[in-house]
Amino acid sequence: MTNAVLHVADVHKSFGGLHALSDIDLQVMEGTTHAIIGPNGAGKSTLLNVCIGRIPPDSGAVVFDGKVITGKRPHEINQMGIVRVFQTPEIFPDLTLLQNVMVPAFAKRDGAFTLNAFRGADRETEIRDEAEHWLADVGLAGYKDTLAASLSRGDKRRLELAMGLIQHPRLLLLDEPTAGMSRHDTNSTIDLLKKIKERGMTKVIIEHDMHVVFSLADRVTVLAQGRIIADGTPEEVRGSAVVQEAYLGGTHR
Amino acid sequence: MTALRNDLIYLVVFAVAVLAMPIWLAPFGAAYPDLMQKFAIYGIFAIGFNILFGMTGYLSFGHAAFLGVGSYAAVWSFKLLSMNVIPAIALAVLVSGLFAAAIGYISLRRSGIYFSILTLAFAQMSYNLAYSVFTPITNGETGLQLALNDPRVIDRALFADAPGIPRPNLFGIELGGYEAFYLCAVILILCFFVAMRIDRSPFGMMLKAIKSNQTRMAYTGFNTRPYTLSAFIISGIYAGIAGGLLAVTDPLAGAERMQWTASGEVVLMTILGGVGTLVGPVIGAVVIKYFENIFSAFHMAKLEDIFSFLPDGLESFVVSIVSPFVGEGWHLTLGIMFMLIVVFLPGGLMEGARRIRARFGGGRGTGSKAHSSNPAPAE
Repeated sequence: MTNAVLHVADVHKSFGGLHALSDIDLQVMEGTTHAIIGPNGAGKSTLLNVCIGRIPPDSGAVVFDGKVITGKRPHEINQMGIVRVFQTPEIFPDLTLLQNVMVPAFAKRDGAFTLNAFRGADRETEIRDEAEHWLADVGLAGYKDTLAASLSRGDKRRLELAMGLIQHPRLLLLDEPTAGMSRHDTNSTIDLLKKIKERGMTKVIIEHDMHVVFSLADRVTVLAQGRIIADGTPEEVRGSAVVQEAYLGGTHR
Repeated sequence: MTALRNDLIYLVVFAVAVLAMPIWLAPFGAAYPDLMQKFAIYGIFAIGFNILFGMTGYLSFGHAAFLGVGSYAAVWSFKLLSMNVIPAIALAVLVSGLFAAAIGYISLRRSGIYFSILTLAFAQMSYNLAYSVFTPITNGETGLQLALNDPRVIDRALFADAPGIPRPNLFGIELGGYEAFYLCAVILILCFFVAMRIDRSPFGMMLKAIKSNQTRMAYTGFNTRPYTLSAFIISGIYAGIAGGLLAVTDPLAGAERMQWTASGEVVLMTILGGVGTLVGPVIGAVVIKYFENIFSAFHMAKLEDIFSFLPDGLESFVVSIVSPFVGEGWHLTLGIMFMLIVVFLPGGLMEGARRIRARFGGGRGTGSKAHSSNPAPAE
């Protein structure tokens, strides 16, 4: 039996009177792709924000690899091996694509801070080659010297994916990785994510596109109004009456 | 490694341009040592400022404090230790570095306008304290000067006393006009080289990434504070070296060097020349110091002389139009020029050079020899 890489234990979070997350208890198993779905405002992104230390939970804890990570700073959580790809692409617009991918590789190799001010960056052939490799994998090989600001939204997402993947994370958190992509790009992203899965990377993926969810996920958790309303294999969730209601019946109460 | 070779060419061109200042500045009437020293010193100041502002995007409005601290440290070294410039510069580096570490540690807890205000507050505090609480160190309004009975322990242990107040020297070479200029020029080239290495290093890449998207850096696994603090200290040290050199060329340190106008001036230099470029800040420093010293010296008689080829009525008309822009009015010219550049060339004079190069063939991205063209707008 595989063990849990990530355990979100009994997490609560409210903003003012709004219960963004309540009683969230969730385990992500080693090597799996775990999808989190749910209607808008269900608390999916808040959950990821709690996991990466962007938002502190009101109560409960997040345990990663047997260690409590709640209260740690974002860079510490990243250094432990959790990498997040954001919903609105978070890239370095003023750097070239190649530099965008090299920067996270330096974080992985050199840690949270190194004063490596005297060695030319272009002598770092290993890191550059790896960055070029990942750029090619996401289909951006031809643009390595262009500024990231000039990319389309879909291309920025692919760039950010490469930035996440080059860190070889223990756990990759993907927030709607295919939103804004064409069908063709969506399919190539799915292929890429499948390829990564074969290498045993654990992933949590938030997605609206059911095509993506059912092509990738081993397990699906459904959130609605800050609560887990269903959790199971894709087939189980697809057949669940509660889920049908949450999606089709809209928000009630 | 063509990038490496390009950098080497860039550095050599820069070094030649700096060392040849006495030749190519002569037609502009600026080839006298006092002014060229200022070009080099404020070039160092601006290069260092750009390491912070240009690379990390943190706009400090208090960098003159480090310039002042560097000057005081150097003069104290002259007074207590030796008239040799090496310990003076070393002490300036040490003291300004420590001072920058303390101010940076606190100011960098905030970013954007709050950071700028914090640095401004610290600099103004230093400026005012220099006139009050710290008068034993700064000698208040008189300024810190050399005196006949200074201890100069190292010098007195090694050499016999010469009559009169000694001048700063480099192992016995007295630093008069040209010697002092060449000392400043060599240090400027060294500082440029170091800035270039930082710019091309992974560390420099991280600084630029912080400027581009600081939040992303944290989620990429970087602790950004030590990066920004290192950049702050490095640029503080550059300012300290510049301050130390000011004391070398004229061993007198006054608190007016730390005033906010002096901090603002280095911001102008950097923006005028080109934020984030290597040579831009130096060009900005040269242009501003040129204006300050040459343009401000223009007076009516000289203007009438220049326009004497015009018919009488026209001459007095032109002179009366031009005269508010020179002499005491040189700030007006500088202000207009600054506005024009910010509006039409947000990348500074370096962007202008790049556009010109792009228009006339070539169009190579990395700027190399924009240097010799720089004083043209000043004429």
